[in-house]
Amino acid sequence: MTEAPTPISPDAQPRLPRGVRLVHNEAQGGWVLLAPERVFKADAIAAEVVKRCTGEATFAAIVDDLAATFSAPRERIVADVTAMLRMLADKKLLEL
Amino acid sequence: MGEEGATLTRPLGLLAELTHRCPLGCPYCSNPQALERREDELDTETWARVFREAAALGVLQVHLSGGEPAARRDLVAITASACKAGLYTNLITSAVGVPDRLINALADAGLDHVQISIQDSEAASADHIAGYAGGFARKRALAAEVVRLKLPLTINAVIHRANIDHIGALVALALEMGAARVEIAHAQYYGWALRNRAALMPTRDQVMRTAAEVEELRTRHHGRIVIDAVVPDYHARFPKPCVGGWGRRSLNVTPSGKVLPCHAAETIPDLEFWSVRDHALTEIWEQSPAFNAFRGTAWMREPCASCERRTVDFGGCRCQAYALTHNARATDPVCQLSPDHALVEALAVTQTEVSYCYRRM
Repeated sequence: MTEAPTPISPDAQPRLPRGVRLVHNEAQGGWVLLAPERVFKADAIAAEVVKRCTGEATFAAIVDDLAATFSAPRERIVADVTAMLRMLADKKLLEL
Repeated sequence: MGEEGATLTRPLGLLAELTHRCPLGCPYCSNPQALERREDELDTETWARVFREAAALGVLQVHLSGGEPAARRDLVAITASACKAGLYTNLITSAVGVPDRLINALADAGLDHVQISIQDSEAASADHIAGYAGGFARKRALAAEVVRLKLPLTINAVIHRANIDHIGALVALALEMGAARVEIAHAQYYGWALRNRAALMPTRDQVMRTAAEVEELRTRHHGRIVIDAVVPDYHARFPKPCVGGWGRRSLNVTPSGKVLPCHAAETIPDLEFWSVRDHALTEIWEQSPAFNAFRGTAWMREPCASCERRTVDFGGCRCQAYALTHNARATDPVCQLSPDHALVEALAVTQTEVSYCYRRM
């Protein structure tokens, strides 16, 4: 499989770029990430992560918040969230 | 036979063809050869109603297109009404006839994204393909203004024989223009492109080289620009799932208000299209004869009906099936399983050095 994603600095302040937004839509059955000419269905976990990418919260703070909210080990959250945010950034759906 | 795919879904996207008027004459234009006239165009308030109904139906994104959408004097009001309805708004423009002050007003109205077409990687060839002198320079200037406004930008390049060898330069140009996304869209042979097919068709060697080149460009520019490709389907083995399946994910409203499952659907005879002038959008989506004609799989004939790919590509494109076989229920002849596949193979090697028949009103 693919190699581990490049780590994200604890001080990074991830945010959605202009033209990308997370919306909840009843008719489409949940959370969707709207981007230039693309629509991505977001599951509940992805939505919880993306909602926190405000451009103000740091990566460290986002991880702390998620670890507390979901009572999950911090290292596991760091790995999962790093992979998700790197994937979104590669698709130009997130700025790190 | 199963009825897989027949479950009524909600559309995600609406292509709003605000007008068929356009200063450019691109020989691959997706508009129909019989263009709709200005006096038949929907008014501002009707578009606003369409957008409200679209949002209620589940549509998330509206693509404000044409022709050149800026040919409408009320484009700002139309865009504002789409934003107010809660839709993600995408302007699909040639950049010609779009002054900087208009793009500023659209940004203020809430426009989410801009797509600008380019015809080739350098001016003389680009302007020749578009049939419009000075177009290339205007595109670069508008792109700069879009970037200055921090609006996200996509560059769309329709690919055909005259520019297929410039794909690397086209992607480089998109990067230079500040785009985060570029569409390498091989010409699809409907509308004006069908008329110009032999003048546009790339050779097989060109298509094969391009496929490898796009992969190489994706690797080289990974994380800097997203490269989306529309495949050259005459050279493919299986058909595209056109518009994600008939009446499944998107709809198209013409300048005069007819609602189509795709922009070429009117080329299929005997389909009954309903208009937003007479019906609410949800009613059209759910009940209009044209939308139900090829929904799901029940309409299929062999080899589609028993094919394991029937809910992957939905038999391919109905308009292409009709254009090539005069039978809209036939398997898209692009499919290697189609009894008519030899037609496509023959057309894919038909390259004629003729002048373009430019798109004109």
